[in-house]
Amino acid sequence: MPNMDPKKCPMPVQEPDVRNKNFSEVALGYTYEMAVNEAKRCLHCKNKPCVSGCPVGIDIPAFIERVANEDLEGAYEVLSASSALPAVCGRVCPQENQCEGKCVRGIKTEPVGIGRLERFVADWHREHTTEKPKMPVSNGHKVAVIGSGPSGLTAAGDLAKAGYKVTVYEALHTAGGVLVYGIPEFRLPKEIVRKEIEGLKEIGVDIETNVVVGKTITIDELFEMGNEAVFIGSGAGLPRFMGIPGESLNGVYSANEFLTRINLMKAYKENAKTPIQHAKNVAVVGGGNVAMDAARCAKRLGAENVYIVYRRGMEELPARKEEVEHAEEEGIIFKTLSNPIEVLGDENGYVKGMVCQEMELGEPDASGRRRPVAKEGCTFTLDVDCMIMSIGTSPNPLIRSTTPGLETNKHGCIITNGDDGLTTREGVYAGGDAVTGAATVILAMGAGKHAAKAIDEYIKSKE
Amino acid sequence: MYKILQKQALNPTVTKMVIEAPLVAKKAMPGQFIIFRASEDGERVPLTIADYDREAGTVTIIFQIVGGATMELNALNEGDSLVDFVGPLGTPSKLEGLKKVAVVGGGVGCAIAYPTAKRLHELGAEVHSIVGFRNKDLVILEDEFAAVSDKMVMMTDDGSYGEKGLVTNALEKLINEGNQYDEVIAIGPLVMMKFVCKVTEKYGIKTTVSMNPIMIDGTGMCGGCRLTVGGQTKFACVDGPDFDGHQVDFDEAMHRGAMYRDFEAHAREAACNLLKKEVE
Repeated sequence: MPNMDPKKCPMPVQEPDVRNKNFSEVALGYTYEMAVNEAKRCLHCKNKPCVSGCPVGIDIPAFIERVANEDLEGAYEVLSASSALPAVCGRVCPQENQCEGKCVRGIKTEPVGIGRLERFVADWHREHTTEKPKMPVSNGHKVAVIGSGPSGLTAAGDLAKAGYKVTVYEALHTAGGVLVYGIPEFRLPKEIVRKEIEGLKEIGVDIETNVVVGKTITIDELFEMGNEAVFIGSGAGLPRFMGIPGESLNGVYSANEFLTRINLMKAYKENAKTPIQHAKNVAVVGGGNVAMDAARCAKRLGAENVYIVYRRGMEELPARKEEVEHAEEEGIIFKTLSNPIEVLGDENGYVKGMVCQEMELGEPDASGRRRPVAKEGCTFTLDVDCMIMSIGTSPNPLIRSTTPGLETNKHGCIITNGDDGLTTREGVYAGGDAVTGAATVILAMGAGKHAAKAIDEYIKSKE
Repeated sequence: MYKILQKQALNPTVTKMVIEAPLVAKKAMPGQFIIFRASEDGERVPLTIADYDREAGTVTIIFQIVGGATMELNALNEGDSLVDFVGPLGTPSKLEGLKKVAVVGGGVGCAIAYPTAKRLHELGAEVHSIVGFRNKDLVILEDEFAAVSDKMVMMTDDGSYGEKGLVTNALEKLINEGNQYDEVIAIGPLVMMKFVCKVTEKYGIKTTVSMNPIMIDGTGMCGGCRLTVGGQTKFACVDGPDFDGHQVDFDEAMHRGAMYRDFEAHAREAACNLLKKEVE
C-alpha cells in the first residue's frame, strides 16, 4: 500500500536566522526513515511521466522502489546508470519543472520528493560504500573534453564507462566549472563535487587543469595528439552589463566575479588571500538562480540589506522556486518591477546608490512572459554601496576564434545540429552553456550525455 | 607543478624568475600574460610574460613585490615549484609592419616593454627606447634594452642616473628633434601611460598601452578586468591587454586599480610577519 500522505516530507533545513550567517549547507537531507517513507508515496505509474521530465532519463520509479525496499545500493546503481553526478543533481536541479512537475501525485497533492530522494541515495552511497568502481575495459580510442563543468564531466564519465581514454582540459586551477566557481557552498558543498570528480578519475578519466583550449593548445592540436573526437563544454563566458552610467565604479561586480571570489577563491573565509567587499547594502540585479546565489552570499558576508532588483514581477522570476523561498526566508528584499538606470558614485569612485525606474507589465513578449514597460516619471533611489550584475553572460570567444570551421550564431553560441551536439566541424561536439547560453546544470548534463552517445557512434562508425 | 629554474633579484623589490612551463612557452608571444598561484591557497595573479624560450620550454617573469601574493612568490627559490601557471593569455601585441617605434617603459613596466622592444628589433624596426625609474637603485634591464635599441634614453626622477626628469620629457624631446614614429608603445604605471598619451595625442602619433587591471580567471569569465575604451566596456583579459591609449579612460582604471589597496597593505604586512617568524 503506498503512503497516501498528500504532502511530501519536508526537507530538514538550518533555521533562516542561523544559516544566513554561515556558509554551511542549508538543506540537511532526509533521514533514513524519512527517505523510505517518502519513497512509498510513489504510485509506480505504468507510463512513468517523471522519466520524460528528466533531461538525463533516470529510471525514477525503479530507483524509488529500491529505496522503499531499503535497497539503497541498488537504488544508487539505477541512478548512476543514467547520471554522472546524482549528489549534485539532487541538490541543484529545478525538479518542479522537470520530474516532479510531471509526477501524477502532484496533480491533486504534492509530487513525490524525487530530488530529495536522489540526494539521499547519492549521499548514502558516498558515506557508506568502500568499494572502488571497476575500471572499464579499454577500447583503445581517445577523446578530449574541454571544460570540467557539468556537461564535460557527464560526457567524460559516459565515454570512460564505454571504454574510451578521456582527457578533460580545464582552464582554472580546480576542476568542476560552475559547480566550484559559481554555485555556493551552502547550496552545493565543494567536498561533494570533489568526491564526484574523484569517482571519474577512478574510472580512468584524466583531468588537466591550467590548460586554456584556444590559448595553451588548440582543437587542431588535440586531434594531432591522437584524439578522435573533441567535446566542447566550455560554458558561458563574459558577463553582461547593462550599459548604464556608473557600471565601472568600485563596488560594481559581475555575479561571476563576486561568486568566483567567494567560492573558488574562498574569500568568505577569514584568512582568505583573495579580497571581497563586505558591503552594508547590496543590490543584486537579475532574477535567476545566479542572482539568488549572489544575494544570499552577500547576506552571509554580513550585509544588512540585500535587494534583488528585477524588472518583471515575482511570478516571472526565472530562479528555481526553492531558491526564491530560501532567499525570502533569509531576509532578502525583493524589489520587483524595478529596473536600474544609473549607478551613483562618491568622490572616490565607490558606489553610493542606484537609481531605479519603476516598471509595469504590458503585453506578452516573444518569450511568452509579459513585457516590462517603464512607468513614466516614476523613479526611486536605493541606498547601496555594492551592486552585483546578474543579467546573464555571452559565450567565451577563445575557442571559436582559434578553431577553423567551427561556426557560431550571432550571439556567439556554438552551432550544433540539435540533440547530439555535432558542430559544423567533423568530430567536434559541443553542449551546455557554450551552445545554449546560460542555462541549468541538468540541461548541460543532458547535452553531455547525448554528445557522448553520438561520439561513441561516430568513432565506431569509422572502424 | 611548475619549477623555478632560475631566480635573480634585479633590484631590492623586483625579481626575475625562469619557470619551467613548456606548453606556455610553446605558444607565448610578446604582450601576452600568464596567471600564477604560488601555493594551494594563494591568489591568482596575472603577470605579463617577460621572455620565453620555446626550445627550453621556459617562461621568464619579472615582478615587483607589492602585496601578499608577490611576497609569497618571492619567498620561493630555485628548485621550488609554483602550483599553477596558466597561459599564454590575452592577445599578442601587433608589431608586424612597424618601421620606427618609440618604446617607453616605466619602472617594473620595463620588464614588459623589453620583450616588445626585442621583438621589434628582430622584425627590423628602428627602436628608440625611453626607460624611466625613480632612482639609480631601481634601474633594471639596462644592458638588455641597449642591445635591442637604435637609441636609448635613461631617465630618473631624481637625476641619480641618466637624465633627470620624466619619460614624457624625453619622448617630447625626441619628437621635437624630428623623429617620426609610426607608433609609440608605453608600458608602465597608469599615470605614466596617461601622460605619454597626452603628449602623443598632441602630435597625432598612434599610441598603444598595456593595461594590467585586477583580474581573477583571465579567460573572459569574471569581468573584473573591465575598462572603458572609446566609451565601450572592454575586458583586458580577452580584448587586451594592449589598447589604443588615446581611447582608454585612465582615471577610471586608476580608481578600479585601488579597489583593494587597504586589503593588499594588510596582506603584505601579514606575509611579512609570517616570513619574519620563519627567519627567527
